[in-house]
Formats: sequence, structure tokens, C-alpha cells
Amino acid sequence: MSLLEVTDLHVSFPTSDGVVQAVRGLSFRVERGRTLAIVGESGSGKTVSTQAILGLTPGADISGTALFDGVNLLDLDGERLRRIRGAEISVVFQDPLTSLHPLYTVGRQIEELIRVHLPDTSRAEARRRTVELLGLVGIPRPERRVDDYPHQFSGGMRQRAMIAMSLALNPKLIVADEPTTALDATVQAQILELIARVQAEFGIALVLITHDLGVVAGMADEVLVMYAGLAVERADRRTLYYRPHHPYTKGLLESIPGSSGDRGGRLRPIPGSPPSLIAIPSGCAFHPRCPYAMPVCPAERPPLAAVTGGANHASACWLPHDAVGLGAEAEALRLKAKES
Amino acid sequence: MLLEVSNVVKHYPITAGALFKHVVGQVRAVDGVSFDLAAGETLGLVGETGCGKSTLARCLAGLHPVTSGSVRFDGTDITNLPRRRMRPYRRDIQVIFQDPYGSLNPRRRVGSIIADPLVIHRVMSGEQLRRTVQELMERVGLNPEHYNRFPAEFSGGQRQRIGVARALALRPRLIICDEPVSALDVSIQAQILNLLKDLQVEYGLTYLFIAHDLSVVRHISDRIAVMYLGKIVELGAADPVYDRPRHPYTNALLSATAVADPDEAQRRRRVVLTGDVPSPIDPPSGCRFHPRCPRAQDICSTEEPLLEGTEGTEGTAACHFPMEVVV
Amino acid sequence: MTLTEIRPGAVGGGPVAGRGPWQLAWRRIRTDKVAMVSGAVVVLLCALALAAPLIAAWTGHGPDEQFRDTGITAQGLPVPPNGEFWFGTDRLGRDLFVRVLYGARVSLLVGVVATGMAALVGVVVGLLAGYYGGAVDTLLSRLMDVVLSFPYLIFAIAVVSIAGPSLTATIGVIAFYSWAAIARVVRGQTLALKEREYVEAARSMGAGDLRIMFVDILPNLLAPVIVLTTLLVPAAIVFESTLSYLGLGIVPPTPSWGNLLSEAQGFYRVAYWYLGFPAATLLITTLAFNLLGDGIRDAIDPRMERLFSRRRRTRKGA
Repeated sequence: MSLLEVTDLHVSFPTSDGVVQAVRGLSFRVERGRTLAIVGESGSGKTVSTQAILGLTPGADISGTALFDGVNLLDLDGERLRRIRGAEISVVFQDPLTSLHPLYTVGRQIEELIRVHLPDTSRAEARRRTVELLGLVGIPRPERRVDDYPHQFSGGMRQRAMIAMSLALNPKLIVADEPTTALDATVQAQILELIARVQAEFGIALVLITHDLGVVAGMADEVLVMYAGLAVERADRRTLYYRPHHPYTKGLLESIPGSSGDRGGRLRPIPGSPPSLIAIPSGCAFHPRCPYAMPVCPAERPPLAAVTGGANHASACWLPHDAVGLGAEAEALRLKAKES
Repeated sequence: MLLEVSNVVKHYPITAGALFKHVVGQVRAVDGVSFDLAAGETLGLVGETGCGKSTLARCLAGLHPVTSGSVRFDGTDITNLPRRRMRPYRRDIQVIFQDPYGSLNPRRRVGSIIADPLVIHRVMSGEQLRRTVQELMERVGLNPEHYNRFPAEFSGGQRQRIGVARALALRPRLIICDEPVSALDVSIQAQILNLLKDLQVEYGLTYLFIAHDLSVVRHISDRIAVMYLGKIVELGAADPVYDRPRHPYTNALLSATAVADPDEAQRRRRVVLTGDVPSPIDPPSGCRFHPRCPRAQDICSTEEPLLEGTEGTEGTAACHFPMEVVV
Repeated sequence: MTLTEIRPGAVGGGPVAGRGPWQLAWRRIRTDKVAMVSGAVVVLLCALALAAPLIAAWTGHGPDEQFRDTGITAQGLPVPPNGEFWFGTDRLGRDLFVRVLYGARVSLLVGVVATGMAALVGVVVGLLAGYYGGAVDTLLSRLMDVVLSFPYLIFAIAVVSIAGPSLTATIGVIAFYSWAAIARVVRGQTLALKEREYVEAARSMGAGDLRIMFVDILPNLLAPVIVLTTLLVPAAIVFESTLSYLGLGIVPPTPSWGNLLSEAQGFYRVAYWYLGFPAATLLITTLAFNLLGDGIRDAIDPRMERLFSRRRRTRKGA
């Protein structure tokens, strides 16, 4: 049994302008100790989907199931969900400054977390564990820094402290939501390395949410690409980068400067803009921007079906299932499909 | 040379005291930066948060006075000119800002935002102005019929196009691009980069392109300057700097950059720097990078290495022990 | 992704001219029942105040006309509300309804004019202080502090003792007190707004200080100023009533809500209406203005609660 199994998740927000359909039927699994990366641009629903599962989207209409260790998280009441969140599933957010309370020391916040979830722990024991955790995530002289306030930490240190906090209760799953987006390249490298290290050390499963395909390339086992509230492609890391099937994935990869070898030349961006989530295009939501759009695309939504890039490779696209990769052969297959 | 920057210094005083303010220190945001920019070229300026790249951009755009040093534009010294005398140069030097949400006034219509430079410099008005604005919108890929809309009704990429149109309105010679694509999604970022390249060819523009994303900078730049704590540590043609960095900081920065290529990511040996960037209020002595440098020796903490030597194809690095050129 | 990243209506077709911030605010406030009712009450009050002479002519009761036969009981007391005198009469047998309406003219005039003047001065001073900073700011800010810490009653008494009580003096005193509150908010907002990138963009294009202040910054200040002004109008009305009540404002026989209340205080045991109707009108007016101000605030910028400490939650928050 998978650690987390999400099936047919729908999340929508009623607003005065209309219903915002943030997630429109998303399914995925996270295996124990493995890393699933969810990649997508703003508005793809990547953050909303995990927040909805964890009960962090007040005012949203949610349907579907999210089995965590056999328990449907979407059926739980607030109190029981709170107990799982933090203890068994912990979340690391993009901006540690907003998730740390500015008026309490970093150490006190971690101690509180431990003592709330494990009331038997003595104050001294919680503190000892906190210092140990801060040391573990690479904060120098943790026995002194434990009494610092968040603003006395640099951005990278704060994110380290957040990771320490997320490890405090030995979770089975960490959801890291753009954990390095606010950080500089050299600090980002440190934090990613840290996340990979603690994950391996404690055998924790990781859901890594990011817009940055560069971050994913170094650390995911499996990658899920989202567009307009749906998974458009799922593959292991190498397959996704070298043998993508969905035109959106291909477009994303080709948009990255320096990736496709045409340095100094022109990039091949995806035309247009992501759709408004209030008026999502019919059929395949990507069809207005897709260079291979066929008559079937606006008419019918393609299912996430197996394609031939690798084991467990799936794509939600009407193109032939063997049109995978970035090379000329695949391109010919795609163009042929479009012609006929 | 279109732009000659020599030894530009920008210090911000730190004051204390509620009633009687006195200066207790200096933030050395930019601390002696020199470079030249030829007409039609693109110089990329990279560095991490707080290295002074944005401050430098604002000084060059005449938004902040410089503490010392000189800026020459097309042969004329424009350092700290009073506003009236700076005015003609503002037509030639335009800025594209990072934040497509913050750089457009939310309460003004897009057409009037793009027309702003033309109105301020009294270039045209009336029907001609409207037509010019609509042509600009068309050129940067916006629907010219939308000139009466407000910024909130556009997506991030479209807003950045509005910023580009505004910068283009006066047909400037130099455009300072301050992280113009950092806030955009990858697929949109590529659209804007292509647009900037096309416009450069079409109008013979010169760019000073500031970014923290090295792959973006490499894509668009002819030459690259790497900044660390207020100083340029390496300057040279783009490809050599990327392929054979000479300064250990450039090397670390490059190795830390995430690449969207799993095999490359695996292959790459990361130079993980220890510690954080020191404070620009009290920068380290000698070479500012020495406390974090894997190659540092005694001389590095006492003597400041200079960015010197004639700038050859391989460029220059301010380092006592530059990396060997690996052939 | 957060909700802010979802950009409803960002792309695609739609109308060419687009919906501006004001149109969006209007759409939002139309769904706010409390604000709409309050707005209707305010409009109704203004209409009644404007129409006071017509109503007086229609009832045949002038504001200062004394009805010694029908308006006063045999014991010389005011007459309770009846078919002829809707709100009853006062101690001199005058029609209280007509007097309350005439009082509304004075109170609303004082409230709106004084607040309007205060807003004008406050915006200019706040804008200058916030935009220029430095010595200008220090000087103007200290001035605001001084004004805000003045003991207002003593000040009013002093003004009245020199100039004598009058409508102009009342408006002057109230305006003098209100501008500083507006200037403070405007200054704070300007401080924040002038660091925005679009202001920097304007400067990089060579825009002058005046253009930046009035073209780039001012439109972004209008929302908080409108809200604050709407909330200051009732305060000014209460202020006027207080002054008039104490005999420092509008002088009888010209009716104002304040001097009506003052006259009525000896009669509250025998004539509830004498005190009750002016007081209720005052209460309804101030309440309507306050609720309308809250509604406008929510409609203009749902995130503006940080600016004001008090907030009424009308919508289901996200």
C-alpha cells in the first residue's frame, strides 16, 4: 500500500467572479521513502492540491479521496487532521519568515511543537531534542542559536530551522512547497542537499512542489507535471526530461535557456498564457497553446494513459502513445498525427 | 563606448538616534565598480541577493546619487547631474523593472502608463499619442484594443510586456533590465527573453541585464560581470566565464545552479559554500570572498585582489589564486 | 499556489475597456446589504435636509414659527407627536419635525464642509510630508502631533470667546481638528507608495515631483481617503452637536441637532419626543455614515483592514 494515495481530487473556490476550479480530478501516489515532485506554473493547482489534502484551504469545495496510511484525510475532522499534520505529515513552506512566529525564539517554537504533540515530554527533553535537530540541519552552534529569534537568522538558516521543525516529530511524509524559491542559488543548493540527506537518513517520503525543473532534475524519483488543475504527465525523472510525451512538458523543457543547446539563439517558448481557472478551455485545457492541437483536443479531455517513454510513464494527450522524446523522430510522429 | 562606469561607489549611511541623528556606519552596497558597455551589446550582471546589483542599476539609471566615481554616457559625464540637466539623458536610458505587478500603477489605464514617457518629455499628444501607444502595444505582442484596461486585468507576462513597451516608447539607446523575468513562469520567461532579443536587433538597443538566474543571463548576454558584496569579481565574455570560470565564487555559483538535466545534475560536482554572505556593513578585509573561499590563503585576508589586466577573450577575475584554465 | 495566483479574467476576450478598480468596488458594494441600506439612509437624509423648506411650506410650519394654540398644552408643556406635529413640538410650540430637518441642514453642512476642507488640507500636507521626508516631514509631522494633542474644548471656547459662536467658527474648529488625522494616514500611505516600483519607474523616466505626487501617488490614496472621510463625517456631526449643545456652536434660534438636544434636556421627563427624535436622528445618521464607510472600505480594498484597527466582517473570508 502506498503511503499517500490521492484519487480524483477536485478543489474549487466560489468567488464573486465565478467558481475557480483549482484542481479538477487529480490522482497520484507517494510511496514510502520516495520523492514525488509536482511541477507546474502559477495557477496549475500544484499547491492547492496538497493544501486541500491537509485541510489548509478554508472555503474550498473539496471532493475525492486522499488515503494516508489507509485513512482518508478528507473525512477527518479538524482536530484529528491537525494531529496528523505536523506529527505524521509536516509541511515546509516557501517563505520561512511567514511560517515562523516573529516574537518567539526559534527554539521555543520547535519545543512547543514537540510538547503539544507529545505531552509527556519534559521541557528539558524537548530542548535537548531541539538543539539536536538544529545541529542536524547544519545550524552552527545550535545550543546558542536555539535562543535566537527568527529575524536573527538568514534566509537559508530560517529554512534550515523550518526543516528542523518538520523533522521534530519523525514524520512519514514531508510536503515541501517551493522550499528554495526564495533563496539564492548557493543557498538553494545547500537546502536541497539537506532535504535529500535527511530524507535518506530517516526514510521519509517527500512531496516536492516546485515550478523549477532544475530543482527537480537533481532529486525526484517520480515527477508529476500539472497544468490547469490536472496531471498532464507522470514519469520517472529521466524519462520526463529525456523522453517527454506531453507537448506542455516538452514546451517547458524547451523554454529553459541553455537547455536545448541553442545558446544565444532563440528560445522556443509556449505561446499564450495559462488559462483563467474560471473559464478553463474545453477538452484538453492546453489545446489553445498547443502546436499539435487536433480536432479531438478541444472536444474531449484526454485521460492520463500509459505511453512508451519508460516504465510507469503516463501522459494525458491524444498524440500517439509512442511519440515520446525531443528528437526528430518523435517530432515526425507528432506532426503526422496532427496532419491526419 | 556608450556607457563607461568607473569606480562607482554607493554607500548608505546607517543613522542612529531619534532626535539627533548621527551616522554610525555605512552599508557598502556598491564599492568600486568599473566596466564599459559598447553600443549594441548586452552585459549581464549576476550575483546573489545583497550583492549590490540592483543598487548599481538604480545608480546608473540616475535614481540614486552615487557616493563617488563617475558614470559617462556617450562620452558625457552624467554622474549626479541635477534633475533638469539629467532630463535629456533619461530619454536615452530606460529601465525595465523586475516586478510586473509592482512596476505598473494599479489605478491607471495601460495606455496612459505606456504613454507616460512620451507625455513627460512632451514628445506628442492627442491622436498621435494614442496611435503610437497602440503601435507599441502591438509591437510587444499585446492587443492594442486593450489600451483602456487596467494592469490587474493582465497576466504576469503581459504586464511585463507593458513594462517593455513603456521602456521602448522614447526609442532609448540603453535599457537597464533589472531582473525582468525573475517573477515570471518559465514558459512566459522565454517569451519575454525572445522579445528583448528581437527588439535589440530591431532598434539597436544596448542592454544592461541584471539577474540572479545564471542560465537566463548566459542566454542573453555577450559579456558577463559577476558581483559579490558590492564588487565585480569576474568580468568577461559569456561563454568563457561559464565554461571556464576563473574566480572561485563564479565557480561555486555556477556549480550551485540547478540544471534541468538529470544526468548533468548527477555528474556535476557541487562546490557547496559554507556560511552565509557577510554583511555589507562590515565586509571582510582583503578579498571579500576569503572567509568562504575553498582556495583562500593568508594573503587573501590582507590584500585586496584587483580586477585587472587587459580584458582579453578570457576576461578577468579579481582573485589572487584564480582557477586554472582547464583545457 | 495561493489564491492570489489565480488570476480570474486575466486573459482572453472580454470587454475592450475593462473593469477599473472603481467599477469593481461598485460591484462589490452592491452585494453588501448593510452598506446599501446605510447609503440609502444617507441619501434620504440629505434629500430631506435639502427639501426642508418645501416640507415646511407643505406642513405650513416654519422652523421658528410658534404655535401657541395647538403646539402647547394648557400647562404650557410641549405637545406629543400627533397628526399635525409628527415629532411633537418643543417648549415654545414649534414643530420639532421641521426643526429636526432644518437641524439636519446645519449638521450635514457642517459635517460635509468641515470634513471636506480637512480632507483637502490633510491630503496635501500628508502628501508633502510623506513624499519629501526629511525636514519637511519632521516639521509637518510635529505640527500634526500638536494639533492632535490640543485640548479641543478649550480651543473651541477660546475661538468662540474671540470670534463669537457662528457657523463659520464651528466649521473652522472642526476642520482644524480633522485634517491632522487624514494627514497622518496620507503621510503613512505616501511613505509606502513612494517606494513602489511604479513610482521609481516614473522617476526613471524623468517625471517631476508634482507629477509623481498627483498622477502616480494620489490616485492610490483616494481609496483610503474616501473611507476615512466617510468615517470622519459622523465624527464631525457629533462634534458640531457637542459644540452647539454647549452653546459654542450654532446659536438658537437656528436649529441644529446639538442645540435641539440642549434645549430638550430639561424636558425629558415630560416630553420624551423632545429629546428622543433629535437624538435618534443623530444616532441613525452617524451609524449610517459609519456603516457606509466600513462598506466602502471593504469594497475598495478588501485587504485594507490593516490600515484601520476596527473591522466589520461582512463576507466569508478566504
